[in-house]
Amino acid sequence: MHRFVSPLLAACLAFTAGIAQAAENVSRFVLDNGLELVVIEDHRAPAVTHMIWYHIGAADEAPGESGVAHYLEHLLFKATDDMASGEFSEVVRANGGSDNAFTSWDYTAYFQRVAADRLGLMMKMEADRMRDLLLTDEELATELQVILEERSQRIDSDPGALFAEQRRAAMYLNHPYGRPIIGWRHEMETLDRADVERFYNTYYHPNNATVIVAGDVTPDEALALATEYYGPIPAAADLPERVRPLEPPQRAERRVIYEDPRVAQPYVMRAYMAPARKPGDQQEAAALTILAELLGGNSQTSVMGRKLQFEEKTALFTQAFYDGMALDDGSFGLIVVPAPGRTLDEAEADMDRVVAEFMAEGVDEAALDRIRMQIRASDIYAQDSVQGLARSYGVALASGLTLEDIDAWQDILQSVTAEQVMAAAERVFDRKQSVTGIYRAPAPAPQEMMQ
Amino acid sequence: MIRAALTAAFVALAAVPAQAEIDIVPVTSPGGIHAWLVQDTSIPFVSLEMRFRGGASLDPVGKEGAAYLATGLLEEGAADMDAQAFATRTEELAARFEFDVYTDTASVSARFLTENRDAAIAHLRAALIEPRFDDVAIERVRNQILSILSSNAKDPQDIANATLDTQVFPDHPYGQQREGTPETVAALTRDDLIAAHQRLMTRDNVYVGAAGDISPDELGVLLDTLLGDLPASGVPLPPVIAPVLLGDITVVDWDTPQSVVMFAQPGLQQSDPDFIPAYILNQIVGGSGFSTRLMSEVREKRGLTYGIGSFMAVYDRSELLMGQFSSDNGKVAEAIGLVKDIWADVAANGVTQAELDEAKTYLTGAYPLRFDGNGRIANILVGMQISGLGLDYIPQRNDLVNAVTLDEINRVAKSLLQPDKLTFVVVGQPAGLPGTN
Repeated sequence: MHRFVSPLLAACLAFTAGIAQAAENVSRFVLDNGLELVVIEDHRAPAVTHMIWYHIGAADEAPGESGVAHYLEHLLFKATDDMASGEFSEVVRANGGSDNAFTSWDYTAYFQRVAADRLGLMMKMEADRMRDLLLTDEELATELQVILEERSQRIDSDPGALFAEQRRAAMYLNHPYGRPIIGWRHEMETLDRADVERFYNTYYHPNNATVIVAGDVTPDEALALATEYYGPIPAAADLPERVRPLEPPQRAERRVIYEDPRVAQPYVMRAYMAPARKPGDQQEAAALTILAELLGGNSQTSVMGRKLQFEEKTALFTQAFYDGMALDDGSFGLIVVPAPGRTLDEAEADMDRVVAEFMAEGVDEAALDRIRMQIRASDIYAQDSVQGLARSYGVALASGLTLEDIDAWQDILQSVTAEQVMAAAERVFDRKQSVTGIYRAPAPAPQEMMQ
Repeated sequence: MIRAALTAAFVALAAVPAQAEIDIVPVTSPGGIHAWLVQDTSIPFVSLEMRFRGGASLDPVGKEGAAYLATGLLEEGAADMDAQAFATRTEELAARFEFDVYTDTASVSARFLTENRDAAIAHLRAALIEPRFDDVAIERVRNQILSILSSNAKDPQDIANATLDTQVFPDHPYGQQREGTPETVAALTRDDLIAAHQRLMTRDNVYVGAAGDISPDELGVLLDTLLGDLPASGVPLPPVIAPVLLGDITVVDWDTPQSVVMFAQPGLQQSDPDFIPAYILNQIVGGSGFSTRLMSEVREKRGLTYGIGSFMAVYDRSELLMGQFSSDNGKVAEAIGLVKDIWADVAANGVTQAELDEAKTYLTGAYPLRFDGNGRIANILVGMQISGLGLDYIPQRNDLVNAVTLDEINRVAKSLLQPDKLTFVVVGQPAGLPGTN
């Protein structure tokens, strides 16, 4: 039974999020204007995915302007000097393609998937909107309403999302990772043309972007098209260096108690500050990736699942996760969803006890071998989705890693030893650098049924 | 300048959609099980998709949720393995199995490596043929499902789904939720689950699509190993039901800042001669993209929602044209008014030649792009079979779309779109929207 709803938004094997293949079908070029081009060849279907990753995201926003990166992402589908509002997507669709975009803390990405012979057209349009956006006041106002509706739908209507937002804000004392990507509502409501244009004009330049082309195309073809369409755009001379406020030493553990009458299933989770994958230095991240799998990957076989869900039957669900794909420090987390009749205090005690036992008992070598086998297989399965590969490469490159780091990741994961896992666990489980979140309905419980 | 060039490029390119170069081999196993295969040896694994017709709709009255719980238990112990031993073995093989049940089907999705294919199939066979339904596993998964049910009871989207299903399909399995109710789930016995498994998975209700590193002969042998020991046949499907659609608005009062809206009216079966024009019509009204009538009016022009769409909901025993969106409580009445206006306008005045042309170029251009990757291909193959489409459908499909004329689609718009039957369920605290139910 894997259908149980994880409190995490993305509850997948950590290592599938970062493909790890030695990639002989991947090529990289840098245009004279600084634009990075990565080509992933796959000729199985007559399609191509074209993505542009701007190395800019919500964590780069100025204080008081939360949400501007995501607002701008929406506005890039409006008019330019050469295209009418909405025309970008209409042309993509008229060619049988699909397109969309997404924003994170470290990047903003736009993508299209089309027949391979439409790649030049996609580049022409993407290059056009890199510098030539023209915004009307009416569209700015309407799209602001759209993102406020998006916030209502994704965050305010979902108590779990509100809880995550509060925990994240408590996790970071100084780093802008503590702000929501979509923005705080009161700041979103004040975003205006000047905020948007300043962000656009500062950051949307070829020397701040990576283009990924994946599918039925050769590197030479992709390079020729990229040179033709992106090449003429001048580099920004004054692109700011990408330095965000860093975390000070965290000296006090924090607790976030979130109560909402819409909560049906209470749970406890704790997140610890954890180092991210860094260029040329992925050993610690690899050990933490394996640690998360061992402790709380698969409910049936992991340490937490085995003890709490199977032996003691005190938990309905358990999970450990590691989010190490980030420019700055990420987090390592644990979740326990208690069984009926079990309190959240008891659930938290169970969580701590299981981790303490793991620290005393060490790593089960057979479990480690199984994880190595799955990591190897995940590379094979990942090759089946060229879109997924494109996205994995984009996330990694936009998070500051290099192609060499991506290539090395599989071998680094395979080489992690039990001792390294335990040493990484010793370092990461520091309560002073943690946030414990309690998610529950207020007492007394509200009326249950809607009729 | 660029604008003119883009338009010219669009015209030139759109004239020649890419071709789906896909070679489907029909396979019949020595034991008589049918499958469709696309063999591709470039990556050393196979995607195998199986669908068993019937799904949660086979649950008897009072046993709602039996199919869901039984399916959830397939990987919780089989043959000589308990749940943990089964999972450990799956990990050793690095195989990936997913078991699920929907209104009309139970589904089994498997990916396994070439290097240990036989062992992976033997392992999957244990789950499908010899599930143990251990009491301890039943209780564990039952508690998980009860937790899901309590969450669903507080989720506006789930409340909207359940409210609409109950109204539209009274006294029919389609009116129930696949998870069952807290009462029925609590009452399910081990015998109920064994019976549900026997009903769900039989040799005469299985459809198979495969793609990847396997030959037709190897697939035939594999199918007999995997499925040969299932019961030969199961139980009849539930009766056909005409949906009850009164054209009213039901408001479920729920304390949330944004209302969730679902709407429905009668639909069409895929076998209906008007299905293709209706499918194109839906694409224009509320299919994918930002330029549909619904997205254009409700989101792009007015900012009343983050997203709104409609879709042809084809059930085995019924059919709907459905849609959904969310809108802040203060705006939702205006958004519902727009949906009604669009419905009435398209029914009365039809769509334009430009809209039809744009939908055709999109649908015909997008179609060949679907066939990328073993997982996606295996899914398409099994979906085609269960929909009753033939092997020759893929090369014909774009011609069928291109053959639809403006007169034809507007005739279908008039007959299909029924503003007086457009029925809404709203979960939230909508301002200025008295329920008419």
